[in-house]
Amino acid sequence: MTNYLLRHLQVMLFSLGRLWRQPVASLMTITVIGIALVLPAGLFVLSENMSSLSNRWDSASQITLFLQKELTPQQAQQLSDELKEWSTIEQLHYQSAEQSLDEFRQLSGLGEVLDSLPSNPLPAIIIVEPSDEGAEKATIGKLVTQLNDLPQVEQAQLDMEWLQRFRSINKMVQRGISILAILLSLSVVLAIGNTIRLAILSRESEIRVMKLVGATDRFIRRPFLYTGFWYGFLGGLFAWVTLVLTMGLLSGPVSELAGHYGSDFSLHWFGGFLFLILPFTGAMLGISGAWLAVGRHLHLIEPS
Amino acid sequence: MIHFTDVYKRYPNNYEALSGLSFDLDEGEMAFLTGHSGAGKSTLLKLIALIERGSHGQVIVGNQNLSSLPKRKIPFYRRQIGIVFQDHNLLHDRTVFDNVALPLVIAGEGHREIGRRVRAALDKVGLLSKERNLPIALSGGEQQRVGIARAVVNRPPILLADEPTGNLDPELSREIMNLFEQFNQVGVTVFVATHDIALIQTLPYRQVILKQGRLDD
Repeated sequence: MTNYLLRHLQVMLFSLGRLWRQPVASLMTITVIGIALVLPAGLFVLSENMSSLSNRWDSASQITLFLQKELTPQQAQQLSDELKEWSTIEQLHYQSAEQSLDEFRQLSGLGEVLDSLPSNPLPAIIIVEPSDEGAEKATIGKLVTQLNDLPQVEQAQLDMEWLQRFRSINKMVQRGISILAILLSLSVVLAIGNTIRLAILSRESEIRVMKLVGATDRFIRRPFLYTGFWYGFLGGLFAWVTLVLTMGLLSGPVSELAGHYGSDFSLHWFGGFLFLILPFTGAMLGISGAWLAVGRHLHLIEPS
Repeated sequence: MIHFTDVYKRYPNNYEALSGLSFDLDEGEMAFLTGHSGAGKSTLLKLIALIERGSHGQVIVGNQNLSSLPKRKIPFYRRQIGIVFQDHNLLHDRTVFDNVALPLVIAGEGHREIGRRVRAALDKVGLLSKERNLPIALSGGEQQRVGIARAVVNRPPILLADEPTGNLDPELSREIMNLFEQFNQVGVTVFVATHDIALIQTLPYRQVILKQGRLDD
């Protein structure tokens, strides 16, 4: 048994040595595989980040009440005091028309335009956070209707709608990524298969000699399978390094962008997870590709 | 050791290389296989090495009927036969040592055993000092001796040679034949195909002469 494992290890290192002795050709194959793997992996990271972003917002599902313009601040205060008593409402936050204007001025950068307006176009708002009971899917619609029916309220708007749209888009993107991942995996299998096919053809006479001195098909197959393994494994590592470098380049601008929105959001790298999954997936695809080539071409080579 | 009974070999283009050939080679015997080019020498050796199968008739090698040997068992059968080729069939990207070690590596021998037996075989053919060389750095005669070392390294009971002295001068040819005789003396059945009539006339071994696919008595 030890002998068997030792022989496998030898063949494994021997195959790696062969790649090493043809550095340019090997590197080109590895790069092709790496690029094919980095695309779905990168999109996966992107989509996971989008999901986590939308999950953050999930807890903050809230209802914005746009108040009637004629309402005085006192009346508005009175309304919010009344609403506080509702069991379906956890808490609320009153924002006067002036505060709304200030906030808009800050975020939009349109200060001078706003100053030129004769009056404040923005209404006062109350931001309502439903309690756990009120936030359930069945009750939240009712709550919105109730709030909409209040005479002081111009419009009650649930901020969930755009989030749902965002989620659907994300779901669509994820499905697209799955399809892309399958197609690119297939291309990795075929690329490695083709490389192994060429390796087999270039070693035709060697394979003949080995068969003549009593090599089994399994013995002849083994180094080619390991070559496929190495191509896939190293391609996976290449993809990982590329991804980490890309994330490093993106994380700064992303944090900056998040900062503009007053968020402390930063990219989640999935570095450890992908470090395990990319070389492993690559290796599996590599072995599959090699198997495909070996199965098709090895038995055609017989001593003559 | 080797028994041919009424063996025919017909190729798809209807060319008949062997026509009703029968002969026997005893265990521990040494014999030469001669005849003109195209007389069927190579075909005969190919049938013994199971590179090809006969169209008709029976080939028995070491109690094994070759026509009933399944394909997956061929590698294990071939390990009992050492083959020496005219063009050596060495692997040019591996050292002399690795070339000779190949049959042992294939058979799954342990590291130490491989080292011991490869050196013994190289010592036998007088190339122990060249174990680290690549075959390309060796002369034709030396390459042929590497091929012989590879053929005998796993101590097969049968040694086949196809024109082993085809590209060598008379003196080197004599040395090669001498090696075969030495293996024969320790009990190996040796069967050498050659058209070097001048050389084999000087040696006291049986000649199996082929003429148009038949035994020429």
